[in-house]
Formats: sequence, C-alpha cells, structure tokens
Amino acid sequence: MRHRQAIAILALVGLFVALYLWLHALGFGGAIKCGASGGCETVQTSQWAVFLGFPVAFYGVVGYLAVLIVALVSLSPAALIERKWNVMLVVLGTAGVAFTAYLTYLELFVIHAICRWCVGSAVIITLLWIVSMLSLRSPAPRTDPGVSPPRPGPPA
Amino acid sequence: MNRFYVMVGVLAAVLGIGVFAMLRTGGGTAPAAAAGAPPTVVDDSFRGYTLGQASAPVEVVEYLDFECPVCATFATIQMPTITDQLINTGKARWRFRDYPLPIHKYSRFAAHAAQCAGAQGKYFQMQDQLFSHHQWAQTGKDPSSLFRDFAQAAGVDLKTYDACMEAGRYASRIEYSRQEGDQRLVDGTPTFYANGTKLFNGLRRLPNSDDFKTLVDSIIAHRPRH
Repeated sequence: MRHRQAIAILALVGLFVALYLWLHALGFGGAIKCGASGGCETVQTSQWAVFLGFPVAFYGVVGYLAVLIVALVSLSPAALIERKWNVMLVVLGTAGVAFTAYLTYLELFVIHAICRWCVGSAVIITLLWIVSMLSLRSPAPRTDPGVSPPRPGPPA
Repeated sequence: MNRFYVMVGVLAAVLGIGVFAMLRTGGGTAPAAAAGAPPTVVDDSFRGYTLGQASAPVEVVEYLDFECPVCATFATIQMPTITDQLINTGKARWRFRDYPLPIHKYSRFAAHAAQCAGAQGKYFQMQDQLFSHHQWAQTGKDPSSLFRDFAQAAGVDLKTYDACMEAGRYASRIEYSRQEGDQRLVDGTPTFYANGTKLFNGLRRLPNSDDFKTLVDSIIAHRPRH
C-alpha cells in the first residue's frame, strides 16, 4: 500500500510540472521560470517540443494523470490485494521512463540545452518507476483474518 | 487511509496555486531594448558587422530583420554557400545592417540582442542562434529569456549582456540603420546592395547563392583594370 501511495504522490507532483509546461506551451503566462542558467525556452521552442502534433508536455499531463488515477484506484480496499495494479503501474512507469529517456537524449545531444523542469520530471518518473518495481516484489497485503485460533469446542 | 486522501488533496491545492502563481508572474516584460525607436538617434559611426576581407572587390550590404522568416531562410540555407564561394575566396565582403520592420514585435529586440552580443565579439554566433532557432518568431511570446539562452550558447557573458539589454545601449544604432535603409529605399527584408547598387529589383523570389555568384563574378569581370 505504501508503494502505491508513494506513486500517487509522485504522479501528482509530476502532473503539475507537466501541466505548467503544457500551459506555457499553449501560451499562458510569459517567459518560463527557469532559473538563471536558462535552457527551458530553447527546449520549449525547439522543433522537438512538439510530438505528433501536440506539445511534449501534453503527453506528460496525460501520462501522469493516468498513473495518478491507477494509483488512487489501486488503493481502494477491493483493489489492495490485486497484484494486477502493480503490474499496470510498472507498465505505465516504464513507458514514462522510456519517453523521458528519449527526451533527455534530445536535450543533451540534439538541442544542446537542458530544461530544469524536464530534469525535474525525469527525476520524478524515474523515482516513480523504481517504486513501482519495488511494489512488484513486495507481498500483497492480507485482508483475510489469517489463521485465527480455533474456537473452543463445547466442553466434553 | 482517509488521512492520505486529505494529504493528496492539500498537496494538489498547493501545487495548483503554485502553477497558477508562476503563470501569472511569468509574463515578465522585455527590458528597455524591447522598446520602440529611441526619441533621439545618434550616429555612432558604426556601419554594421562585416564578413570577409576589406580588400574584396565587391561589398554586399544586406538589410535584415531578425524576425523575418525569409531572412532566416536566406541566412540558414543560402549564406553557407555564399560564405564558401564568395566570402572565403576574397571575392565579396558582406555587411549586415538592421532594418527592423514595424510589423514585427520583437525584431528590434532581436537586433539589439545581436548588437549586445556583438559588443562582446559574438555578433555572428548570436546571429546564427537567432536564425537557426527561428521558432521564437512564430510563438509571439516574449523572447527575452530565450535570447539569454541564445546569448549563453553564443558564448556571451550574460552579466554584461543583461546590462546592455536593460540599458537599451544600441537602440539608437539600430534606429540609425533603419533610417539609413529608408533613405536607400529599402522596401522589405532582406534587401541587398552590391557596391552601392540595389539588387534584384525585378526578381520575384528570394535570391540564392547562384544569383550572387553570377552577380559577383560579373562585377569582378567588368571592373576596370589598373
């Protein structure tokens, strides 16, 4: 349960990072808050900032939202014992890490600029993936009463 | 469990407020360099950055606007060949003059960024940045932060660059160049002159490197021999 809670929290933080970048890409607000070293505008205005017709951050919003929903649903009492939710979180986390690795490669070797927000998102999705992998290894919580002491029979 | 959902709710609210605040305060205004033409224009005797040897028989003057997509296309596609064929061979020298068009919101600002980089010996590196990452001109957003990134990539000292941009140090120089262009009947960007003569008046397309090679070779072939 702790793993799923941690994943939900990480997904929530990642969702807002992606949301900020997406809203900025849509033209809300002015110059991006990026610290003194810059790099975010270079990345955000490069030809790689759009993927299949949508800003890259949009995929981040969708991805983190999906993870958040799955994590919250998996915390319901009925789902807690089901292992399939852990597998689903691992699948989503792996897809996120793969996409992030591709974007980080573009930043480092093609665009030659680093966006701090993207680095932040990369850290979040990596942590999320690690936690999801750990959740696979942990035993499912028991909801049955376990081995209860035998009822004392009627006195002989 | 309930405590966890409360925590998620509080965290979502805090993050939401944070994003909202950042979007609200992120609309920083461009510094003084982004302002329009200065009230007084002073000739500082600067006549543009040049590429090529001073002894080259042909001087091409290009009036350009950094926000103009055609200028960007010319700079990124034609100029490399022109540099190889004409400038590096000593046949031509290229002089860049600013002609920020009033329809472009940030062209004067971009010209100023290039001049501030030029003050540190990085004009051409900054010009490369501005033209090769020309998506900034399509977003309509304040490019001041992006231009800082470009300046950094061009090898410019940012502290000096910031001071230059804040002060609008070269605003008068840019306006002088624009007025000079008006006097020379520049009617769009890019507009070219070779040894003082306006080029390609009847051409209904962007001149290419072959046009310039033909022209420069012709001027060299017909120049008087001493």
